[in-house]
Amino acid sequence: MNEFIYLTFDGLSRGAVYAAFALALVLIWRAARIVNFAQGAMAVAAVYVAYSVTNATGSYWLGFVAAIVTGLVLGVTVERVVMRFVDHSSPLNGVVVALGLVLVIQGVLGIFYGNEFLPVAAPFSRDAFELGGVAVLSRYDLFVFVAVGAVVAALTLLFTRTPVGLRMRAAAFAPDVSRLLGVSVGGMLTLGWALAAAVGSLAGMLVVPTELGLHPTAMDVVFISAFTAAVVGGLDSPIGAVVGGLIVGLLLSYVSGYVEPTVAPMAVLLLLVVVLLGKPGGLFSSSKARVA
Amino acid sequence: MTDIKQKQKSGAPVPDLAAPVSARRRRIPAILVIVAGAALVLALTYMLPPFRNYQLATVGAYLCVTAGLTVLTGLNGQLSLGHGALMATGAYTLALAQNKWLNLPFSFLLAIVVTTAVGAVIGLAAARLRGPYLAGLTLAVAIVVPSVTSTFDETFNSDQGLSVVLDPPPGTIPMERWQAWLCWAGALVTVLALVLLVRGRFGRDMRAVRDDETAAKLAGINVARTQVLAFVVSAACAGLAGALFAFLAQSVSPGAFPLTLSLFLVMAIVIGGLGSLFGALWGALLLVILPTLSQSLAEEAGSHRLEGNLALVVFGVVLVVVMLAAPGGLASIRFTRLFRRNR
Repeated sequence: MNEFIYLTFDGLSRGAVYAAFALALVLIWRAARIVNFAQGAMAVAAVYVAYSVTNATGSYWLGFVAAIVTGLVLGVTVERVVMRFVDHSSPLNGVVVALGLVLVIQGVLGIFYGNEFLPVAAPFSRDAFELGGVAVLSRYDLFVFVAVGAVVAALTLLFTRTPVGLRMRAAAFAPDVSRLLGVSVGGMLTLGWALAAAVGSLAGMLVVPTELGLHPTAMDVVFISAFTAAVVGGLDSPIGAVVGGLIVGLLLSYVSGYVEPTVAPMAVLLLLVVVLLGKPGGLFSSSKARVA
Repeated sequence: MTDIKQKQKSGAPVPDLAAPVSARRRRIPAILVIVAGAALVLALTYMLPPFRNYQLATVGAYLCVTAGLTVLTGLNGQLSLGHGALMATGAYTLALAQNKWLNLPFSFLLAIVVTTAVGAVIGLAAARLRGPYLAGLTLAVAIVVPSVTSTFDETFNSDQGLSVVLDPPPGTIPMERWQAWLCWAGALVTVLALVLLVRGRFGRDMRAVRDDETAAKLAGINVARTQVLAFVVSAACAGLAGALFAFLAQSVSPGAFPLTLSLFLVMAIVIGGLGSLFGALWGALLLVILPTLSQSLAEEAGSHRLEGNLALVVFGVVLVVVMLAAPGGLASIRFTRLFRRNR
């Protein structure tokens, strides 16, 4: 029972990170109908920048800010320089271009930083508090919950309560009408990519200290988990992304704890297959676009 | 309509995949090309030094998988990022069979059969998925390889992998020449089989499904069966390629089949022109030449970090530039079902 409680909290903490990452995927999907397969590589790049800044200044928080800013800049760059010019008549084109970006980013990172695992320290202790003899949460887990919670709240406020959020939703939902009404559809698209990349960078910052370390391919498995989370929740649904992230986090935690950590990626694959074949629209999908 | 526009935009003529079968058949007698190719390879293996022969063999092994993948993606419109994993399946099967029975032809056959079976399972799921969903699922398959080898480490020996026991080549043939012969025999047989398949009824069905699933269904084509079959055929090719890689390296490990391998394969077929078997050959050549070039560049620069990574950057840049500047290959694929509403 104690183990179960511990694994549950551990899973929720992992799940919060996957939720943030899945949210980044959903943001771009809603804005541009592209699954950004380069999201993981972009996040790793941001974490590498944070690593450099933290090493130079000795401050984790300066590095943290640098990662988020890098995310914003990368998002804008990728959208303005590359994605805008992709021919969207086939959905494969966007996927293939994103994969090309993955290769470029991973190669550049490898050239500058090498292909060794770099150790990244967590800003808070990862030792769990005990509650009545049961190890429950660490300070770092709390930090993860607060950070992801703040992002989700901020995005919700942005999209439901501000004029910019309304414009972004309008631009995604009815681009032509929005353009007639004076909304800068291209600008909103760029903003969406920037926001998504920043959220992805945050997720990267949160996940890397809990893994083996920093490596150009460090986010590959995380990307698949987050993609699964987004599909579980429905690629169109931000709430679905959060719930999906928590589900995937719990699944991974239980499988790692009760079976073996090496089985975890297989469990994710299995979940992905089951959801795609059973309920392809996702648990929370509001989209009727996909009929299979 | 869109086809015409794209032709005008890109300038170069789009490969006419949809041409009537009779017109295509008149253009290139496939068997002549294959025989010429075999003669060329045979001559090359006597002229080249051993290391170049090894590289030639690698091109042949890559050609098996790029040819299969270009048929799947270019002619049937299914993007697979999991072909690296399918190659791993073929490679591990060959290694296990070789170490147990030491009968090379049987091991190759078994590798193809097992990979075909695995491909059928993935293909059954893939036939129900479109666009990014299919890409994501196959990506997950590619990433699961190390997890499988470490979970069942008694069979697969986790990260260290397995070594492959081989009989010495017959007679006095040098090992590298023998490897080149076997790899190119596999590649040419694969290409011939694919050409015959693609030019027949099955190829027409595949293209019809790619272009418009509803229309294909109305024309009496079994869409799901065509898609699964395309995946199975392509998986068999990948299995053969993987087995050839195990035979070439005389060892298998998950590190030989990373995600980047699957991405490289996609790059190779995109650059060569999707759906074109000649394009698959160019792609296979690039897969061997570009890393060699960037390797020697890195050695000249004396930078350890450039090794391998430079090839990644070059591949990535080429892939992005080709997609942006000449999307002719991919643009001919239309998924009317999922993305009817464009932004």
